[in-house]
Amino acid sequence: MATPTLVKGARATRSTIALKLAMAVSGIVFIGYVLAHMYGNLKAFAGHDAYNSYAHHLREFGEPMLPYEGFLWIMRVVLILALVVHVGSAAALWRRANNARTVKYEVKKNKGSSLSSRTMRWGGLAILFFVIWHLIHFTIGKVNPAGGETNDPYNLMVESFDLWWMTLIYLAAMLALGMHLHHGTFSALQTLGFTNTATSRARARMAGWVVAVVIAGGFSLVPLFTLFGVITK
Amino acid sequence: MKLTLKIWRQENASAAGAMHTYELDGVSQDMSFLEMLDLLNEQLVTSGQEPVAFDSDCREGICGTCSLMINGEAHGPEVTTTCQLHMRSFSDGETITIEPWRADPFPVLKDLIVDRSAFDRIIQSGGYISANTGSAPEANSVPAPRDKAMRAFNVATCIGCGACVAACPNGSASLFMGAKITALGELPQGQPERYSRVVDMVAQHDAEGFGGCTNIGECTSACPKEIPLDVISQLNKDLRTAIAQGR
Repeated sequence: MATPTLVKGARATRSTIALKLAMAVSGIVFIGYVLAHMYGNLKAFAGHDAYNSYAHHLREFGEPMLPYEGFLWIMRVVLILALVVHVGSAAALWRRANNARTVKYEVKKNKGSSLSSRTMRWGGLAILFFVIWHLIHFTIGKVNPAGGETNDPYNLMVESFDLWWMTLIYLAAMLALGMHLHHGTFSALQTLGFTNTATSRARARMAGWVVAVVIAGGFSLVPLFTLFGVITK
Repeated sequence: MKLTLKIWRQENASAAGAMHTYELDGVSQDMSFLEMLDLLNEQLVTSGQEPVAFDSDCREGICGTCSLMINGEAHGPEVTTTCQLHMRSFSDGETITIEPWRADPFPVLKDLIVDRSAFDRIIQSGGYISANTGSAPEANSVPAPRDKAMRAFNVATCIGCGACVAACPNGSASLFMGAKITALGELPQGQPERYSRVVDMVAQHDAEGFGGCTNIGECTSACPKEIPLDVISQLNKDLRTAIAQGR
């Protein structure tokens, strides 16, 4: 694909780095969202009524300035836009990367990259499939795998995570999310150009660890504590 | 030392290539890797076979001409160029797999030689400064802060060998571009073209078919000159500034 001519009329916004910047910004939107979501989930430790009134309050958030569920719909539109940008840019860059090396190495060693950095694409797809299941489970479909009621958010959550295999699915998803955040946070900071020294690069890597452990770890607490009988109906 | 060599052989740019296996005896551990290949070629020529084509020039680690993916590592297991790699880094009886740089913007010309003129075009598109020619300018008329000068000189050690591209799973040349952008952008002489430079170089990089950077860090581990990953951050920052300037 090498071209013997020089490019004329180059535009910064049409570059691969512009795609990476779009990925970084949409990724930061997701980090903000999952952080707030994780914090909200911890309401499960405060019991049935606190959890359900928190869920209800989200729908009334901003009233009367916003209509009922107005805040939620704003969040949903922002998240869907971020998803389109994030996945769209990833697909374009994935295709480019495949076209950049059509003949593979017989032997190729990884020397400087972390496992999480090498699994961003498949890990991202895993998270996408999990999110679809998660929405069917708790939001759009409201599926109770234990066979009970689905109209009470707290009870649906407790009955679901009392099943060991449901907790396992969610923990596996949190592992995928944690790995994605571990490299994603660092990568976003590097793509935005904030890591111009060895010190700032080390801090960005540390930020990746903190974001991954706090978010994936925080999310994992509720299913684990439900399975082990601390959070009960 | 006795070695088994698995080497990529390809007649020309349009021919299909394949891995060939050779047995080589009498290798000294004081030989450089390229001298070991010279020894193999002497034997091939003596027995009437076509020698293995590979790139080399200075053989002292400063020109960036030699390449080779050795056992899955660009320039082999040491942090240096292939010409400065010695056979003492390998053990007797070892099987060594030798491949050319693999990237579609670096097409294989013959055996282990790839065409790296894509790098020349990236440099041509923006890797220059405007300066009056003729008499040398007064050395102290343009002061350069020490920390910026040091950073510029440290990354100007890039020899353009292409190991970063070869090691990158995306086939990206971001470390190479970042090194050039940083070396020129840190110095006062590089300022007039600073933001048109980054746009033009990245556009040329993309047009050549190199992939995007995923900040994995394989490039900097493979770099014989140890160019740090922060030059890619600098590249991204300069491009972000260029977007803000409406370029």
